[in-house]
Amino acid sequence: MNQVTEKLSLKLYYEMLRIRMVEEAIGERYSQQQMRCPVHLSIGQEAIPVGVLHHVSKTDYLISNHRAHAHYLAKGGSLKKMLAEIYGKSTGCSSGKGGSMHLIDLEQGIVGTTPIVGGSLPVGVGVAFAEQLKKKTNLTVIFFGEGATEEGVWAECLNFASLRSLSLLFVCENNLYSVYSPMSVRQSPKRDREAIAKAHGIETFTGSGNDLEQVYQVAGKAVEYIKEKAAPCYVEFSTYRYREHCGPFVDPKGYRPEAEEKFWYQQCPLKLYTEKLLKNNSLTEDQLNRFRQEIKLEIEEAFQFAESSPFPIFNPNESATVYA
Amino acid sequence: MLNQALFPFLTPMKAQQFMPKREIKFSQAILEAQDQLMTLDPNVYIIGLGAPDPKGLFGTTLGLQEKHGKDRVLDMPISENAMTGIVTGSAIMGLRPIMTHQRVDFFLLGLDQLINNSAKWHYMFGGQNNVPIVFRLFMGRGWGQGPQHSQSLQSIFSHIPGLKVVTPSTCYNAKGLLISAIEDNNPVVFLEHRWLHSVHGEVPEKVYRVPLGKANLVSKGNDITIVSNSHMTLESWKAIKLLEKENISIELIDLQTLIPLDKETILQSVKKTGHVIVVDPDWKTCGFSSEVLSVITEEAFDYLKKPPIRVTYPDHPCPTSWVLSNHYYPTSKDIALTVLKMMNKKTHLNSLTKDLLEQKAQGPLDIPDSSFTGPF
Repeated sequence: MNQVTEKLSLKLYYEMLRIRMVEEAIGERYSQQQMRCPVHLSIGQEAIPVGVLHHVSKTDYLISNHRAHAHYLAKGGSLKKMLAEIYGKSTGCSSGKGGSMHLIDLEQGIVGTTPIVGGSLPVGVGVAFAEQLKKKTNLTVIFFGEGATEEGVWAECLNFASLRSLSLLFVCENNLYSVYSPMSVRQSPKRDREAIAKAHGIETFTGSGNDLEQVYQVAGKAVEYIKEKAAPCYVEFSTYRYREHCGPFVDPKGYRPEAEEKFWYQQCPLKLYTEKLLKNNSLTEDQLNRFRQEIKLEIEEAFQFAESSPFPIFNPNESATVYA
Repeated sequence: MLNQALFPFLTPMKAQQFMPKREIKFSQAILEAQDQLMTLDPNVYIIGLGAPDPKGLFGTTLGLQEKHGKDRVLDMPISENAMTGIVTGSAIMGLRPIMTHQRVDFFLLGLDQLINNSAKWHYMFGGQNNVPIVFRLFMGRGWGQGPQHSQSLQSIFSHIPGLKVVTPSTCYNAKGLLISAIEDNNPVVFLEHRWLHSVHGEVPEKVYRVPLGKANLVSKGNDITIVSNSHMTLESWKAIKLLEKENISIELIDLQTLIPLDKETILQSVKKTGHVIVVDPDWKTCGFSSEVLSVITEEAFDYLKKPPIRVTYPDHPCPTSWVLSNHYYPTSKDIALTVLKMMNKKTHLNSLTKDLLEQKAQGPLDIPDSSFTGPF
C-alpha cells in the first residue's frame, strides 16, 4: 500500500508542484490589494498534505487550521472557490464570509478550517465522534502546527480520542515557529510531544515532512494502523515555512538563524523531489515544463474566475443570516 | 412548595381549557422534553459530566440512559473546552447534542469553542452547516454556593451573535421551550435556575412547543411594567401578590427567551404604562437588564413617565455565608418596594421596608422551599 510506484510518484509530484505554484501566484498578486484578507502561505510545507491526504478519499473528513491552502487543495478542494473566497467574492467557498482562513468544501469532505490555534482540533474530534455514534468508519484527519500542542485543548482531544477509540489521524506539522516565536521560547527542550500522545494511549509515527515519499509511507502506516485497530494515531512531520507567518513576502531576516534557514532551503521538498525524479528518469524536463504549463493555465483560469466573480450583495438584514 | 394554585400563570389559558390537568416538577418537565425528543429523533443525544449519574442531574436525566442506551446518554471527561468543540463537530455532522453542565460557572472553560466555533460556524462558512446544540447550564443559588457556584452570566451569552439564550421560569415553559430549543438549528444556551427544579406546575403530557423569541405576558396591567426572567419571574409574581391591595395595575412580562429578544411585547407594554422595572437574576453592570433598558430608551423614550429602575444582584460575587447572601438576592419584597417607590405609594413603604430588613436579619433565606436541604 505504501510503495511509491512511478505512476504514483508523478501524481504526488504534480500535486505538490500545483500547490507550490498556486501559493506563489497568490504571493505574486497579493500586492495588487485585491486579496484583502490575511493569507498564510504553505510554501515549503506542501509535501505533508500531499503525502498524507493521498491515503484518504472524498468520504473521509478533513479539518485544519489557518495555513490551510495546501490541505484544502490536496484534499480536492476547488481552487476556483478558494481563490474567489480570498478575493471576497460571492462565488467563494464560504460566500465571502470566511476568507483564506475559513475554507470549506463539503463535497470533498473538507469540513472547515479555522485560525484560532488549536481551535479546530476538538471540532475534528467531534466529526470523528459523530461518525462513531452513527456507526460509520470514515476517517477524520486533523492538521495542526506544533504550536497547537501547547494548547490545553490538544491534551483534552488526545484523551477523548483515545477514550472513545476514534478513527482519527492527528497530523502535526512542526515548522518550528509560531509567528516569530521559536520553539526554544515556547516548549521545554525536554518536552516530548510523541510521548504525550503515547501517554494517552495513542500510537505515534514521525518523519521528515520535506521528503514526500517518506511522508506518504509514514502516513500510510498510520492510516493502516487506524483502520486495523479502530484507534486514533498521532503523526508528526518536521518542516519549515519559507514565507513570513502571514503575508506574501519571503521571511524577514533576523529572527531565524541564518544557518538554520540555509539548511532548510536545501531541504525544500519540491526541489528535493524534482531532483530525485529527474535523476532516476521518472520525470523529464519536457514533462516538467508541460506540468508547469498546464498548472499555470489552470491557475490563470482560476484567478480570472475569482476576479470576474461578483461581490456578495450587501444584506441590510445581515444579522438575520447569523442564524440557521 | 410552590404549587399551581399560587401560580396560575404556569399554564396559559388556552392550555388550561383543553389539557387534562397534570402537575409535575420542573425537573420532570425537562426530563420529559428530552425523553420525548430522543424518542422522536435518533440524532438527539445527551452528554455531560454525570449525565447518567444516579441522581440524574437533579432528576432531569433520570432513566434516560436505561431507556435510550449508552450511546445516547453519555458521561464525559472534565474537558469543558474540548467537549464543547466536540459536540459542535458532531452537530455539524448532523447530530443534535444536548450538553449539560451542573453549574454555568464551569462552562466558562468552554467559551472559546462556544464563541469562536459553535456560534459562528453557520455564518462564517456561508450557511452551509447548521449547529443544532442545546447547552443546558444550571445557575446555582443558596446553601452557600458562593462566588463560583452561583453565577448567572446570561449577558455574556446574549452578547454573542449566533447564540440563542433561553431562561425558562415555569414547568410549562420549561418543557415547551426545551423542545423548541432541541428542534432549533442553532446553538441554544438553556439556563436552568437551580431553584426552579423543584417547583411544581401543570405540564401537558404531549409534545408541545413554546416558541423561542416570544415573551409571556404573565399578568396584564396598565400602571407599571415589570420585565423579568428565570427565577425572578416567580419573585416578581409574589411581589404582585404582596401588592394586591395597593390598587396598582401591574403588567408582568416573563421574557422566556433573552435572545431573540421579544422587543415588541416589552415596548407595547411600556408605551401603555410609562413605568418600567427590570428584574434580572444577574449583576447590574452590563447585565441583560442594561440591554432591556437600552431598547426601551431607544425605542420608547417619549413614553416614559419616570426613569426606569433595575432590581438586580449587586455588583460583587455572591458571598457564601447566608448572613451576607440574604442581602445579595433581591426578594419579592424588594421588588414590591421598588414598585411602591416608583408609583409614589408611600402608605406601606416604611412598614414593608422594616419587615424586609427584619426578614433578612432573622434567619437564612438560602433555600427555595423546605424540600431543599442542600448540599447543592
